[in-house]
Amino acid sequence: MINILPEFKARGNPSTLMNFLVPIIAVILTIFTGSVIFVLMGFKPTFALYTFFISPISNSYGISELLVKATPLALIAVGLAFCFKNNLYNIGAEGQLTMGAVFGGGIGIFFHDTSGVWVLPLMIVGGAIGGALWGMIPAILKVKFNTNEILTSLMLVYIALLILDYLVVGPWKDPYGYSFPKTRSFSESGRMPLLFQGLRVHFGIIIALAAVFASWFIFSKTMLGYQLKVTGFSPTASKYAGFNQNNLIYIAFIFSGAFAGIAGLGEVSGPIGLLYRDISPNYGFTAIIVAFLGRLNPIGIIFASLVIALTYLGAEDAQLFMQIPAAVGFVFQGLVLFFLLGTELLVNYKISFRSKL
Amino acid sequence: MNIDILFGVIQIILIATTPLVFAAIGELVTEKTGVLNLGVEGMMLVGAVSAFVTLVITGSYILAFLVSILSGILMSGLFAYLVLILMSNQVATGLALTIFGIGLSSMIGKKYIGTPITGLNPYFFVILSFIIVFFVSYFFYKTKLGLIFRAVGESHDSSHALGYSVIKIRLLGILFGGSMCALAGSYMSICYAPMWQENMTAGRGWIALALVVFATWKPGRILIGAYIFGGVSILQMNLQAWGLNFPGQFFNMAPYLATMIVLIIISSNRIRIKLSAPASLTIPFFKGR
Repeated sequence: MINILPEFKARGNPSTLMNFLVPIIAVILTIFTGSVIFVLMGFKPTFALYTFFISPISNSYGISELLVKATPLALIAVGLAFCFKNNLYNIGAEGQLTMGAVFGGGIGIFFHDTSGVWVLPLMIVGGAIGGALWGMIPAILKVKFNTNEILTSLMLVYIALLILDYLVVGPWKDPYGYSFPKTRSFSESGRMPLLFQGLRVHFGIIIALAAVFASWFIFSKTMLGYQLKVTGFSPTASKYAGFNQNNLIYIAFIFSGAFAGIAGLGEVSGPIGLLYRDISPNYGFTAIIVAFLGRLNPIGIIFASLVIALTYLGAEDAQLFMQIPAAVGFVFQGLVLFFLLGTELLVNYKISFRSKL
Repeated sequence: MNIDILFGVIQIILIATTPLVFAAIGELVTEKTGVLNLGVEGMMLVGAVSAFVTLVITGSYILAFLVSILSGILMSGLFAYLVLILMSNQVATGLALTIFGIGLSSMIGKKYIGTPITGLNPYFFVILSFIIVFFVSYFFYKTKLGLIFRAVGESHDSSHALGYSVIKIRLLGILFGGSMCALAGSYMSICYAPMWQENMTAGRGWIALALVVFATWKPGRILIGAYIFGGVSILQMNLQAWGLNFPGQFFNMAPYLATMIVLIIISSNRIRIKLSAPASLTIPFFKGR
């Protein structure tokens, strides 16, 4: 009989090899569990896995779509790493993304009949400010009133979505849009330039890569990165060293919010081109998984964003060719995180399975 | 306002608040043993959809609630295995449970959106919610086992040294929480709505988590908090219905804003939070050396 109750011995030092292997093990276990689920649903596992993981990226259009989806995920996740490294559980990135889209998109709507190279940069700055302001709210509440940032950042998601909803059916509604809940389209100057003719992958990916590189630099080469890391490992040590705890909270949330805000602006000025209700298929929540799967490491986050982006595309194909609801993508995302968390202890513990209780 | 309208409003508030009471009292028991489960929203959704689908297929209300509670036990059992045995991060595991639950419930329920069912009279559950709160309060403060539960939440090392099984007690706390969340979900899809909609809990799981903080981990106060929220939500709906000239979206923000305001008021008293919260909350228990 297989014994599910393992026994652990603490390792002297965290295992570097396991730190690298754990996400890979988690992805493999997810694919395995996914095949079992597909078999139980009556599909041939080879066909199902091909439909889910291979066929979506078997041509240049598919690769481009993968990058379109990975762009916001990587950008948000690397921002979340600033918070998570410091044990600040900002789970409201979806709201920060929405407010980034509202602020940046608002500029785009205001200049809808203007053209100029300055329109898009202005919108991007607007997006960053919108996201950062929304991210600052839970940070200020935590510092001043000791509130739990998990709950406040999450409540702010619902509020942000309602603000967007109000704007697109109310004051910002397209006057020529009949009664559709959408705004005017941005001018051509307010759109992210496309990188290749006929494909949707856009300039946002350059911004995301720049943000990932900048974060890597901050985490590994600056005092700020060191302070975040120390505080995450041991808040007591951090206090003793005299690091300003409150400033670290503000900085983490500003980066996190600004990156999510830029991601939101990238969505509306990239593939969408205007504002409406459903600007994001839960990118803000899914990016939490990307951040953990990338082990809060900027380079790891790039790979993780590609893997998780594939679950979106795979779910779309599964819906088309296998009549499985697209929500199967979220099931896979949840499974990846479960397996990741379940195997994470291999980094700090050696494992053996007990023969009896 | 005449007495009939007042009576009607009270009825609606009772019916609307009951799922918050169920989910919050379940989470309170889990947290009392020192475990934070952020999967409330996900467990409520899976509970809601499994009850609904069972009812449509079998036509039996009893079976529907049983299957729903079983789903809550399975979901929270998965969580328990990860956080208790594999000692994973409780915050991240709870989030994973919610994301997984949202996906699983939409996948199962896709075919059943818009299927009509006959709703069940909610008053049995309204009364049940009060009884459960009373029972939990009695359990924690008047029984020996309740004292052991609280001790495990305060200091797992001392409890372990005294010979109590920390893992077993936490497992019970987590499973009770899961069953209550599933019950809250099934109440929503079978009595309150009665229908299935994707994400039909609309953040109530998160509000339930906030209610536990509001109640400063005391069972009786869950009722006070829940009924304040229920009242605010129903009040905004009524104000909206009376046609005040103000966009509906701002009324819909009321429960979320109220949650934030309440959290600010309660949490700003740092000492009280520190004294009331279980001291071992979110800290994993490792028996080995």
